[in-house]
Amino acid sequence: MDLFNALVALSNFVIIPAIAYGSQLALGALGVTLIYGILRFSNFAHGDTMAFGAMLAVLITWLLQSMGVSFGPLPTALLALPFAILGTMALVLLTDRVVYRFYREQKAKPVILVIVSMGVMFIMNGLVRFIIGPNDQRFSDGERFIISVREFKALTGLKEGLAIKTTQGITVVVAIICVALLFWFLNRTRTGKSMRAYSDNEDLALLSGINPERVVMYTWLIVAALATTAGVLYGLDKSFKPFVYFQLLLPIFASAIVGGLGSPLGAIAGGFVIAFSEVTITYAWKKVLKYAMPESLEPSSLVQLLSTDYKFAVSFVILIVVLLFKPTGLFKGKSV
Amino acid sequence: MSDTTRTAALFGLVFAMIALTGFMQSWNVALFILNMGLISAIMALGVNLQWGFAGLFNVGVMGFVALGGLAVVLTSAAPVEGAWSAGGWRIVIALLAGAGTIVGTVMVRQRMAKGRARTIATLSILVVGFFLYRGIFDPAVEAVEAINPALQGNLGGLNLPVLLAWPMGGLLAAGVAWLIGKTALGLRSDYLAIATLGIAEIIIAVMKNEDWLARGVKNMVGLDRPVPYEIDLQNTSSFVNRAEGLGLDPATASSLFVKLNYSMLFTVVLVIIFVMAQLALKSPWGRMMRAIRDNEVAAEAMGKDVTNRHLQIFVLGSAVCGIAGAMMTTLDGQLTPGTYQPLRYTFLIWVMVIVGGSGNNLGAVLGGFLIWFLWVQVEPMGLWLMEMITVGMPEGSGLKKHLIDSAAHMRLLTMGVILLLVLRFSPRGLIPEK
Repeated sequence: MDLFNALVALSNFVIIPAIAYGSQLALGALGVTLIYGILRFSNFAHGDTMAFGAMLAVLITWLLQSMGVSFGPLPTALLALPFAILGTMALVLLTDRVVYRFYREQKAKPVILVIVSMGVMFIMNGLVRFIIGPNDQRFSDGERFIISVREFKALTGLKEGLAIKTTQGITVVVAIICVALLFWFLNRTRTGKSMRAYSDNEDLALLSGINPERVVMYTWLIVAALATTAGVLYGLDKSFKPFVYFQLLLPIFASAIVGGLGSPLGAIAGGFVIAFSEVTITYAWKKVLKYAMPESLEPSSLVQLLSTDYKFAVSFVILIVVLLFKPTGLFKGKSV
Repeated sequence: MSDTTRTAALFGLVFAMIALTGFMQSWNVALFILNMGLISAIMALGVNLQWGFAGLFNVGVMGFVALGGLAVVLTSAAPVEGAWSAGGWRIVIALLAGAGTIVGTVMVRQRMAKGRARTIATLSILVVGFFLYRGIFDPAVEAVEAINPALQGNLGGLNLPVLLAWPMGGLLAAGVAWLIGKTALGLRSDYLAIATLGIAEIIIAVMKNEDWLARGVKNMVGLDRPVPYEIDLQNTSSFVNRAEGLGLDPATASSLFVKLNYSMLFTVVLVIIFVMAQLALKSPWGRMMRAIRDNEVAAEAMGKDVTNRHLQIFVLGSAVCGIAGAMMTTLDGQLTPGTYQPLRYTFLIWVMVIVGGSGNNLGAVLGGFLIWFLWVQVEPMGLWLMEMITVGMPEGSGLKKHLIDSAAHMRLLTMGVILLLVLRFSPRGLIPEK
């Protein structure tokens, strides 16, 4: 038994990746949940909004790199992020003006808006592939590790190494800043309060003189910022590939629904629930158990519950279980 | 213009465009578009059953189409020598054990009173069942996949005629749809959408990874076909003579002949399904379905069993998609799980239904043909457009190269624009529901 090494192996392969992935999912799910709360439909184009934002960041990063600008040990993409957010904001405001507003004025049924968002998804997906192509793009630079395996081993003298990638650290820090800003905005500012009021009860909000178009505009702006940030962080951590963002739609929706659609706190919780279950269920536990168990009980197989290719199945099963037992999600969401 | 003339004109337009393709490009391309158009029309009919009749928001079409393809392998492929004795039966037993675990869990939860005892019983059944299942399953799979892994390593099929695979595809899709419907149909519309989206991804993941089933991403090629092979035709003197009599060279003639055979088979299936769907729509059952769609609460108050009716039509629509999927795999002659993508096999079918006119079977068929035609032809059109735009740019400029290379991605953009335009200006589709 060697609990220290077990703990280190566990952090290295499960806890740290899951925290980073969970933060990315949480940021994505926050966007989905805000749209659901204010505009009252499930936005199928969200994954592609993330892809669009990340694409802008990649292009701006390349531009900055060619101009010789760098951010020291941090990735240049962080400098590009604000510009990418502005670009995405322009795009979503344009889509809202050209596409969604018409249906809002018609008071169309939510399911019609979902189908409309399918059309937007096609267009954004095509746009991203048109501009940057369907291939993998790498755009992270700067220091690769906050602490690498070798440094950690030298520091502690343990047999197992622990590596924290810069991108993982940045993901968590940026996610915390984003969430703090968002909650400050929703709870402390006048506009944020009017957004929550509108989400809770549209008619009462209108009666008290809240301008719905203004609320909708702020929602889209926040969603654009969240989606771009989530997209860039995911791209930095893994790599940028347009199709992957489309596939992220499923875990993101699962996070938002598990947490309770329309509840920002739930979206964050849901993101981490989904991320931790995906990683723990598809991780081969042999390495950790080898340290944690007495020698006689050491497992001979990989002790992997499901192969990594089934990670979709994990988010899906959690989704179904939560929906069957707690239909409004962990944090009471709303149902339209 | 009356409705009938309008419908006839729209269909005439689509077929004229396909014919024009034949004259301007080649008849091979035209027949390819026609064949896949027939299949797309059947898929659109399936989605129209669910969405148009019953208002069920199923975005898992891809999964059912893929299951149809799987059925082709399981029905028509030759059984692999020794695979069943090596581990085939043990796989079946393992799967039964897995199913038994789930049934047992559900029964325990229904029979026992709520409380700590029930939770413990549920968890222990699940844990024991899981390890039992993996204990039987893993070695059996290993044994099957060890048989001639370069070419086989799967169980193979039943060696039945390939035409039987089409109804089998429908049955397989229907069976899975029943399971899904039982768990997910109680959910609200957008939850159901997410659930079906997930299920489709899981079905594809299973088909990609379970090599013992149909070789996974190693693909099954050279599947049986219900029509003669081109090479055999070219070696038949009577066929060659007749082709030369028509002024065609044997290679082209044989490929056209094969495609025409497929077209006829597909047309027969489309007509049968269309007539059945049409009869269903006009029957008391169809009226009840639409009544449920338009007002669930009222229908329930009138004593209609909404959940069961939804389950019924979900299974039927998925079966139709399964049949179309089986037909598509037969046409391709291969099963390649890696090529199933939600944009192409789920959302494109949705565009067909919405553009054609949801709730109207003729509309769905029209949408199937029209959107498929555009999906194929937008690419050459986009390339032509890009060449026109870039004509003034200097040779070898980066932008010119990029624009021409990106022309292939025009089709997604076009489909999105078409969908949004139809939803905005003709929300009930080209041939609206009566």
